[in-house]
Amino acid sequence: MERKTVNVTIDGRSLDVEEGSTILLAAREFGIHIPTLCYLEHLSPYGGCRICVVEISNNGGGRTYIDTSCTHEVREGMVIQTGSPRIIRARKMLAELLVASAPNVKVAQDIAARMGLVKVRFPFEDNRCILCGLCIRMCYEQMDGKALGFVGRGMGRKVSMPFEVRPDTCRLCRGCDYVCPGVIVPCQGIKDPGELCGRCVRIEDMPTCCPMGTFGCFCEKNPL
Amino acid sequence: MDFEKVGKIIDKHQQKRTALISILHDIQDHYNHLPEEALKKVASRLKMDLNDIYGVATFYKAFSLIPKGRHSITLCLGTACHVRGGPKILREVTKLLNIEPGQTTKDKKFSFNVVNCLGVCAIGPVMFADGKFYGEMNPVKAKRVIEKIGKNRKKGNEVKS
Amino acid sequence: MRKIKSGCDLEKWREDILSKQKQNGVVISVCGGTGCHAYGCKKVKDEFAKTIRKKRNDQTIHLKFTGCRGFCERGPIVTIQPQGIFYQKVQEKDVPLILSETVEKGKILDHLLYEDLMTKQSVTSEKDIPFYKAQCRLVMGNNGLIEPTKIEDYIGIGGYQALAKALFQMKPDQIIEEIKSSGLRGRGGAGFPTGRKWEDCRKAPGEVKYIICNCDEGDPGAYMDRSLLEGSPHSVLEGMIIGAFAIGGSHGYIYVRHEYPLACKNAEKAIIQAGKAGLLGNNILGSGFSFDVEVAKGGGAFVCGESTALVASIEGRIGEPRSKQVHMVEQGLWGKPTNLNNVETWSNVPLIINKGSPWFSSIGTEKSKGTKIFSLVGKVKNTGLVEVPMGITLKEIIFDIGGGQRDGKPIKAVQTGGPSGGCIPASLFDLPVDFDSLTKVGSMMGSGGMIVMDEGTCMVDVAKYFVHFLQEESCGKCLPCREGLKRMGEILDRITEGKGDAGSLSLLEELGEVVADTSLCGLGKTAPNPVLSALRYFRSEFEAHVYQKKCPAAVCTPLIQYSISETDCTGCGACKKVCPTQAIQGDKKQSHRILEDLCSKCGSCKDVCKANAVMVQ
Repeated sequence: MERKTVNVTIDGRSLDVEEGSTILLAAREFGIHIPTLCYLEHLSPYGGCRICVVEISNNGGGRTYIDTSCTHEVREGMVIQTGSPRIIRARKMLAELLVASAPNVKVAQDIAARMGLVKVRFPFEDNRCILCGLCIRMCYEQMDGKALGFVGRGMGRKVSMPFEVRPDTCRLCRGCDYVCPGVIVPCQGIKDPGELCGRCVRIEDMPTCCPMGTFGCFCEKNPL
Repeated sequence: MDFEKVGKIIDKHQQKRTALISILHDIQDHYNHLPEEALKKVASRLKMDLNDIYGVATFYKAFSLIPKGRHSITLCLGTACHVRGGPKILREVTKLLNIEPGQTTKDKKFSFNVVNCLGVCAIGPVMFADGKFYGEMNPVKAKRVIEKIGKNRKKGNEVKS
Repeated sequence: MRKIKSGCDLEKWREDILSKQKQNGVVISVCGGTGCHAYGCKKVKDEFAKTIRKKRNDQTIHLKFTGCRGFCERGPIVTIQPQGIFYQKVQEKDVPLILSETVEKGKILDHLLYEDLMTKQSVTSEKDIPFYKAQCRLVMGNNGLIEPTKIEDYIGIGGYQALAKALFQMKPDQIIEEIKSSGLRGRGGAGFPTGRKWEDCRKAPGEVKYIICNCDEGDPGAYMDRSLLEGSPHSVLEGMIIGAFAIGGSHGYIYVRHEYPLACKNAEKAIIQAGKAGLLGNNILGSGFSFDVEVAKGGGAFVCGESTALVASIEGRIGEPRSKQVHMVEQGLWGKPTNLNNVETWSNVPLIINKGSPWFSSIGTEKSKGTKIFSLVGKVKNTGLVEVPMGITLKEIIFDIGGGQRDGKPIKAVQTGGPSGGCIPASLFDLPVDFDSLTKVGSMMGSGGMIVMDEGTCMVDVAKYFVHFLQEESCGKCLPCREGLKRMGEILDRITEGKGDAGSLSLLEELGEVVADTSLCGLGKTAPNPVLSALRYFRSEFEAHVYQKKCPAAVCTPLIQYSISETDCTGCGACKKVCPTQAIQGDKKQSHRILEDLCSKCGSCKDVCKANAVMVQ
């Protein structure tokens, strides 16, 4: 079956991409890298972290606007820049805000380092949850647990279970741990000659609970 | 606590999801807060996940999961009221009641809230207490109003059960 | 309640109402808007009702409890027709006198008249009062003539005539063309051409379409929509039904914030009455077109004024906005094409249909047609709601209608557009007010809030106020709004505490630009506007806070000092009595002084000092 394509220009390259695809996935198909944080393949895109923003012009004309590439669909004639000065500046500031909020979350440090950030101009906090919402989307979309949700709003927003008690619909599948970017364990340094650390990818070494900790770990309250 | 009233409220709104917020308002008006059992009933009757109901109950500032005080004091801190000296009144009230906005006094007498515009800007600064509007407030007047309400034996927010 | 089944039925009903009204000798209208309620208008109305009933069966006095008249700080307002007498600040005890002197004997009660503070002359007639004179009250004008919950009143002034015309004399495409050529633009803030929105929605594929009226009005300091929905709910309804007919809408919602209980109630009553009368529901006026409306309440979230968050709220979800790449007119409520307009926009529709688009487009400027209602509040003499043609200057609104400064301090700036707008300094007051002129200088007209600020207002404090407001109201979904506003608030807090440093201002600007660029929705995108515009026009105030650790307007408490002037103090001791920290010392009839270390800077002493001896630096 022939796939319908549309023609877009990404970073100066004219590409025929699948119609209905998002800018992020279209770019990835052609090897163009756009950093992401709250996006995970096979979960619906959320557009919350804004790291994957790109500068878009609908028809190559003068006016451009900024939107997240994980949610924005490609349209015929779109001209997209993934690394314009405006975007680089924005990503750097977003990384600075992120790492100031959660400096002990490895992924935040990673993104900050990749953006070339050396100094953080905001007082550090120590949040372990970056509110990316991946655990919630995993729970709802893949595992059908419907046990996690966002509670409150604004700066007081957090992830929780209804009335802070694990509901019956939670089957302790640990899907939430699996996708949480905050659960990645930092590197353990150099091991015996020849041995790699690999903590961040060895599943059996994952910590036993998510970094939430705001009211006590679900698993601690409801041990297996 | 009897939760039959919850069922009646949901019936009144024809079990519509679009009426969820109105249903929660009515439940709160009756029970003076949103009890856990009531929310569970709403979830099952409206065929929604308790998780989502809980999210709604905690997102909207109008709702409280813990019982509110007998008398409710709401201070408007909209721009017009702010520019006419709202913050001074805020300082006075928090000192007088010894609680922050969003809290209830230990003796459950007063609940204090701050709101970002009551829509009565021309007579600001405005205080809304026990269903009545008080305009052109200042710290001294606010103190008098609260003391007067406090002496009132009648409950401001009666829990009708 | 009459049930009418055709356009002719409607006309017959109107004639019956008008002929009955001719029997009214005197009409006493008491304003029943929320503002007047706060001043006791219900007691005034009840007293009138009681006294009129007692008076020898006088059939010729007709009492009306109307909607908001707009001049809220002079409430309770009572007007008497046909003489056109305007009484302000009426109290219960004035009622018997009004009836015996003014109504029976035609004698005017001077102490209840509006006094022009410039000329010191009393003004009898509403149309001569400076506040009302320069206005063009086309949309709000109805409020003084009708009882909002009496459909007959509305029909009597020509209500629902536009609906009949639209249903029986026009086709949907014609109606849309008419709205397009009128030049009507959305009154909620964004100013999108209404006719084009209707057209796009009509063209969108789908049988089921929704029509929504946005009465979330979260902008602090603005209450135009409240007054319209409270005072004339039928004009909003009529606009919605006409729009539904033109677009092909099947069901409508009026989304009202719960902080407006009277507006909710009046809207619900209007819906029931219109339904019973055959003007809403199945087979409206026998035309074959069916449309129904219900009221949906808000839960206390400013973000729900944003269209996608509003729709989420109606769907029973949290008010989290979503990307608007696919417009609401194609996929909105429950994924169906949805047309959302503001209360004031809907209220303009019957006027345009009745009087025609050439009439409407003759008012206003080239790109901004018609009138706009503003909420003129803050440090200005005459505060209230004003309706003026687009293109009028800020100066005319603030000085001719508003009466200029209050509290003896010169006016410094006006904040327009709420938390999405910005501050405009007095030097730019010759600017016309319309959709585009204010945007060019870093603000925007927005939904109509106009907060006047004087020399006693600290612009850094105002910027801080708006950032804290938006922090509270942010939904928290996206990083730049949630974290960015938090950090901007921290910086502004530090500056107002005298802890700002050289990098503070540039960091504030940089943060502001990124938040504006990368935020998901309108709340975040426009959040930096108040700060950036304050920095643009009042940078010297910011610099004074940062470099000299001083607050020129004497507002930021950590930077000010209270003291008592020895020469002015009379020693009355009033300040000593109200000081909460016992920081004032002094004997009777002797000059008092404030102990700096104990002073909490609450300002109570200044409030009660009759000799004006308390100074703030």
